[in-house]
Amino acid sequence: MGFLDINNVTKSYGSVEVLHKVDIQVQEGEFLVLVGPSGCGKSTLLNMIAGLEGITSGEIVIKDRVVNDVQPSKRNIAMVFQSYALYPNMTVGQNITFGLEMQGTPKAERDAAMADVAKLLQIEDLLKRKPGQLSGGQRQRVAMGRALVRDPDVFLFDEPLSNLDAKLRVDMRTEIKKLHQKLGTTIVYVTHDQIEAMTLSTRIAVMYNGYVQQLGTPKEIYDNPANLFVATFMGSPAMNVLPSKLVEMNGALHAQIQGADGQDVHLRIEDAPEAYRAFVGKDVVFGIRPEAITDPEGADRNARNIQALSNLVSVTEPAGADTFVSTTLSGKDCVARMRADADVHPGRPFEFAVNMDKAVLFDPKTENRIA
Amino acid sequence: MAATDPMLSGGADFRTRLQNWLPKIVLAPSLAVMVIFVYGFIAFTVYLSFTDSRMLPSYGFVGFENYSDLFQIRTWDTAVTNLAIFASLYIVICTIIGLMLAILLDQKIRGEGFLRPIFLYPMALSFIVTGTAWKWMLDPAIGLENTMHLWGWESFEFNWIKDGDMAIYTIVIAAVWQSSGFVMAMFLAGLRGIDNEILKAAQMDGASNFQLYRRIILPQLRPAFLSAFVILSHLAIKSYDLVIALTGGGPGNATALPATFMYSYTFTRNQMGIGASSAVIMLMTIAAIMVPYLYAELREKK
Amino acid sequence: MAMASSDNAVRSSNFTRALIYLVLILFALFYLLPFGIMLVNSLKPLEEITGGNMIALPQNWTIAPWLSAWSTAQIGVQPTGLRPYFINSIVMAVPAVAISTFVGALNGYVLTKWHFRGATWIFGLLLFSCFIPFQIVLIPMARILGILNISGTAYGLILVHVVYGIGFSTLYFRNYYAVFPTELVRAAQIDGAGFFQIFWRIMLPSSGPIIAVCCIWQFTNIWNDFLFGASFASGGSAPMTVALNNLVNSSTGVREYNVHFAGAIMAAGPTLLVYIVAGRYFVRGLMAGSVKG
Repeated sequence: MGFLDINNVTKSYGSVEVLHKVDIQVQEGEFLVLVGPSGCGKSTLLNMIAGLEGITSGEIVIKDRVVNDVQPSKRNIAMVFQSYALYPNMTVGQNITFGLEMQGTPKAERDAAMADVAKLLQIEDLLKRKPGQLSGGQRQRVAMGRALVRDPDVFLFDEPLSNLDAKLRVDMRTEIKKLHQKLGTTIVYVTHDQIEAMTLSTRIAVMYNGYVQQLGTPKEIYDNPANLFVATFMGSPAMNVLPSKLVEMNGALHAQIQGADGQDVHLRIEDAPEAYRAFVGKDVVFGIRPEAITDPEGADRNARNIQALSNLVSVTEPAGADTFVSTTLSGKDCVARMRADADVHPGRPFEFAVNMDKAVLFDPKTENRIA
Repeated sequence: MAATDPMLSGGADFRTRLQNWLPKIVLAPSLAVMVIFVYGFIAFTVYLSFTDSRMLPSYGFVGFENYSDLFQIRTWDTAVTNLAIFASLYIVICTIIGLMLAILLDQKIRGEGFLRPIFLYPMALSFIVTGTAWKWMLDPAIGLENTMHLWGWESFEFNWIKDGDMAIYTIVIAAVWQSSGFVMAMFLAGLRGIDNEILKAAQMDGASNFQLYRRIILPQLRPAFLSAFVILSHLAIKSYDLVIALTGGGPGNATALPATFMYSYTFTRNQMGIGASSAVIMLMTIAAIMVPYLYAELREKK
Repeated sequence: MAMASSDNAVRSSNFTRALIYLVLILFALFYLLPFGIMLVNSLKPLEEITGGNMIALPQNWTIAPWLSAWSTAQIGVQPTGLRPYFINSIVMAVPAVAISTFVGALNGYVLTKWHFRGATWIFGLLLFSCFIPFQIVLIPMARILGILNISGTAYGLILVHVVYGIGFSTLYFRNYYAVFPTELVRAAQIDGAGFFQIFWRIMLPSSGPIIAVCCIWQFTNIWNDFLFGASFASGGSAPMTVALNNLVNSSTGVREYNVHFAGAIMAAGPTLLVYIVAGRYFVRGLMAGSVKG
């Protein structure tokens, strides 16, 4: 049993089931991120935890109490909304203490609580202003203040950074992470931004089409994606997924892909999992992250199995710290991530170094990772 | 449509369940009032139109007799003809004037803020006031005709309001005066809603001003045209006050409209059954216009 | 609402611009003329109207027609002037506007923020009720008012105007609240506010503009109503519009045009005043009210 248990929860609108048997146990102090493209059901799930939407079947349990029939305000949760949802007619101070006022907390206590939160978030001098007079970042802080002041068991965040500009978004991200480390609260955080998910979370639930595709730590999700969707959704640029064939040559397994010149290329796989055996001679999808394809000098020194691959460079995109290099493999665009000073030129062949330790294979039929 | 869905299942406590029922409880009185006073009354009037009611409602069923009688009555014939003349002229002229004024006002006019309220204020007035004003202005003895005579144009004649064949057009004049500013406002809002970059792009493409309006702007005002049509047509069918104040339906019955017909047959001539059947026909005419429009509007929103 | 001057890309020459101004000014005169003539002639002695030019300014200025219209003119059978009827209209319009606006606000709130199955249908039915020809309800309404024993009273007219005003007031508030962020309602729910607390503390304080629009619209409609007033209020309880019509169309005696004009301006006064004070909202409301469902 966790601190917040989502037990086999489903949600239907009429006959349409939009969430299918979601089962997640969140421990106290965890930072769980629900990530997925729009329409995947992540916000619906968050609203169900909040009590803003009914639960069709299953249970949501907060601190050993089933809250299915408990009103939002009685669940001891707090929520930060995408639009911040600050009451426009109230001052910042009134916004922060409105929840306490509704619970009948005496004014002196409310003011004390407000002062603490304002200090923590450094918004003391904004308390008398109306939300309309605040900048985006300030509103974001006030919205967090309103959540913090209630000292809830669980914080819910619904895409709280998506209305901020790029720079502020990064700053606020750091700030939320600091706050979590400082207060040790339990957080469920919804975002469609996989970078936010990776940086903030202790665990990630990747959602798609109303299913949790994979639940795990950021590292697990990134290194061992459960299926093609997770593999391509998490990480930027996305993982390269190439049609391929698993073949056995010279007593070792090889992924056979097609070079830009139409010739087959074989990449040797070492320490292949037992499950690979069943796919020998069959089509598979070969997945490799851009940073696992480099120039030979830039290859990971700790890698045990680096395979050379010579292919024509189609495009180079310098991006400051890195240079992204495109090349065509198995008829698809494949991106490699290199050091800025790598000596690559479009239109010329280049010797790529492929770190096969990081390569994964997927079953093209089920789209699940073969492991 | 985004909205809260707090429907919690059976096990909730009383307060929680009360909260879930409150919205419906709050809406219920309005719903009841509407069901009784609008749709119930409509049903009752429809029913009366099939009875032999005269001064008071009576419940002798006569089938379609009232309707067949109705179409035999000369005044009803006049009223329907008048409505056709009035409604078509009213709608067309209001639309033309409204659109023209809106386009002209949209040419970065200095003093727009001054002119716009002048065009619009008539619609704040009661039709009775409008009728009173125009009644005397069009009166040959003291109004326009008299003024022209005093200014030396002795042969000027403008006595439509006293002329059975022309009186209906005086109602058009007064009604256009009252409503065209409102139509202007609707078109102006439509014009202001058009993306300026589209206009700039069209100019880059070499469109002249005329082409710009004909090819780019007017087609985008379709919703405004539709709204104007719907609103003007339902106003025209409901027109009652203006006729009463301006001509009293006269001379004779020359300016009778269905609305005045219904009133006089029901309340002064004690032919309630016939009055009810004329009201039903008015309702059906409006419904024929409004129902498809509202249906489309509401469906679009979903 | 895009009433503010926008950066229109269309340009035209000096000659066309002069023409544009000319047309606009002619139309302004067309709209101003009837009211101007009423005003000018309401300040003339009667002989100057019957024997003179309606456009000319008065030679002998007088406010006698105004005094007469207000307190001594013959309305129906009583020489009471329009004053009691003016009061009737106020007594009728103010509560009717207040009640229908309040009910409309609650309905709009329920229909947008507590959406439930069938809500669109209910709204469609309400919306259609805005456009029915009221002739269709006159007969049963007269019966009901008789049964309730409020026929010919202010209560009767207040009831009628509230009943047939709810459709429009609901339309206004629904359209306004439809774009009011639902997240605010959700935040308030999490903060522990109930149905009415959310309405009073969150929705209403942000509804100033639409309350103004709705009140103006309802006031204009109710004040200017003639059909219900003529049908359900008789004699001394008639509203201003009915009294004015009686004054103008009474067939006995000399036609006192100047008094009629003064009376007409009095009847127009309150709505014109509202229009001048809050006309901008009025226009905006009409836009929203133009059935953008």
